[in-house]
Amino acid sequence: MRRKTRQTYSGEDLKMPVMDKLKAISGSAAIVGVAESDNIGRVPEKGPMELHAEAGRNALADAGIDKSEVDGVFTAGYSTYDIAEYMGITPHFTDSTSVGGSSFVIHIAHAMAAIQAGYCEVALITHGESGRSNRARAAGNPGLAGAQYEQPYGIMGAPIGYSMAANRYMHQYGEDRTREAMANIAISTRKWANMNEKAYFYDTPMTFDEYHDSRWVSWPFHLPDCCLVTDAGAAIVITSTERAKSTRKGGVRVLGAAEGHDHSVLHQMPDLTRTWGRHTGPQALEMAGITHDELDLAMIYDSFTYTVIATLESLGFCGPGEGPDFVADQRTAPGGDFPLNTSGGGLSYTHPGMYGIFTVVEAVRQLRGETGKRQLDKCNLAMAHGTGGTLSSTGTVILARD
Amino acid sequence: MADGYNKPIPIPQPESDNYWEGAKAGELRLRKCDDCDQAYFYPRNICPDCGNNNTSWIVASGNAKIHTFAIVHRAPHPGFVDDIPYVPAIVELEEGPRMATQIVNVEADPSKISIDMAVKVVFESITDEISLPKFEPA
Repeated sequence: MRRKTRQTYSGEDLKMPVMDKLKAISGSAAIVGVAESDNIGRVPEKGPMELHAEAGRNALADAGIDKSEVDGVFTAGYSTYDIAEYMGITPHFTDSTSVGGSSFVIHIAHAMAAIQAGYCEVALITHGESGRSNRARAAGNPGLAGAQYEQPYGIMGAPIGYSMAANRYMHQYGEDRTREAMANIAISTRKWANMNEKAYFYDTPMTFDEYHDSRWVSWPFHLPDCCLVTDAGAAIVITSTERAKSTRKGGVRVLGAAEGHDHSVLHQMPDLTRTWGRHTGPQALEMAGITHDELDLAMIYDSFTYTVIATLESLGFCGPGEGPDFVADQRTAPGGDFPLNTSGGGLSYTHPGMYGIFTVVEAVRQLRGETGKRQLDKCNLAMAHGTGGTLSSTGTVILARD
Repeated sequence: MADGYNKPIPIPQPESDNYWEGAKAGELRLRKCDDCDQAYFYPRNICPDCGNNNTSWIVASGNAKIHTFAIVHRAPHPGFVDDIPYVPAIVELEEGPRMATQIVNVEADPSKISIDMAVKVVFESITDEISLPKFEPA
């Protein structure tokens, strides 16, 4: 039955792609290399292309694969021909899917499909942005809906749109408990960052009082509700699970992957409290053949504290409006029973603009046991989840250590 | 046009010329699908619901309620520095669709503005061609 209006979706069917086919390729590709650029945080001496190239080189070194073997290139924010030319790569498979910070998580699904179909064998996904120091910001397309119907009202930049969504959530589910949940996410994520030497706020703890006393950016967001703005690059190398066996560190298999979006500009979002994760969470888990309870780690894009609450609910970790109870009492902090964003996340580790790839970098490192003092006691199954635009697009992957 | 207006200014597109001409004339014009019998926003010739282009223009009443809002304390663009704190919002029009806007003629204080509050359209002229539909308490 056709929806009555595109701005509501109550009763929406959970329509999935062809699950039998997806299950048949589950685990057929593996991540064999992950890396950041040499420096992240404040890197004014390097431009975004260099951050791409450094991260790509580092991820290939992590995998023990020579650049000449890369035959698939994936990126967002740039066209693959810009990145591949800069790095000296001539790929046979090319994918510049750009749906904000979710893009690089979505590229994993595309890489797996391309490897499975035979279009490429070694896929390189690169990211690089000088969110803090960029000298050459690109202008948007003035004909698009955002330029005509949002930006003239000062609705531009992520904090304003996301804070509007958060206010709707507060209206529906209670302001005080939502505020407490946002504080819990900000503090628990900061505690993880205090255990990650690469994190922007590694040396800067934060108390609940400091959170509540901090200045407003866009009410209802305090400054610590908002992600960092940094310079950083990251990259991922993917190949077939068979070939992964002969790489330097072996592979982290991709068991499930899902993607999609339901709007671009905020005012077109069907429900400001539910993201497209309502599809990609269940789909990725079903493809992987696992349940929420089996996950050891959730890396959930935290552009804002509110993003995490809405996303956990949408992904199905808890029901609508239950997020504040789910994250209560520092349950997501080090030592809690729901490890979340163990790198310190976009809120406290790094966030150059399209952070999604960094959820995968940390998940792979946790699965490999490479994260030092923040290493989880048990980490065999992890979810990495990216969000793009203004809560617009999502990509979810389920990763497993063999 | 107010001197020194340095905020983003909409550039009308073929499918939105009539919307912006309406706003300049003091009318909030919406597209309506005659097959779905439903208004929609933003203006485009093809109905985003059924995909047909059996669509027409209607004039909205200008009555709406606040769906959500925020209060901006850090300007995202140099043009808004003198406006903070200001109140971006999404309103739900009486005819059904939602649109982004600003709430004006109200104190930018969360205790003075509420979701579901009734508002009505006002037009702010920013250039000879463009007036922005904004909303104030009804």
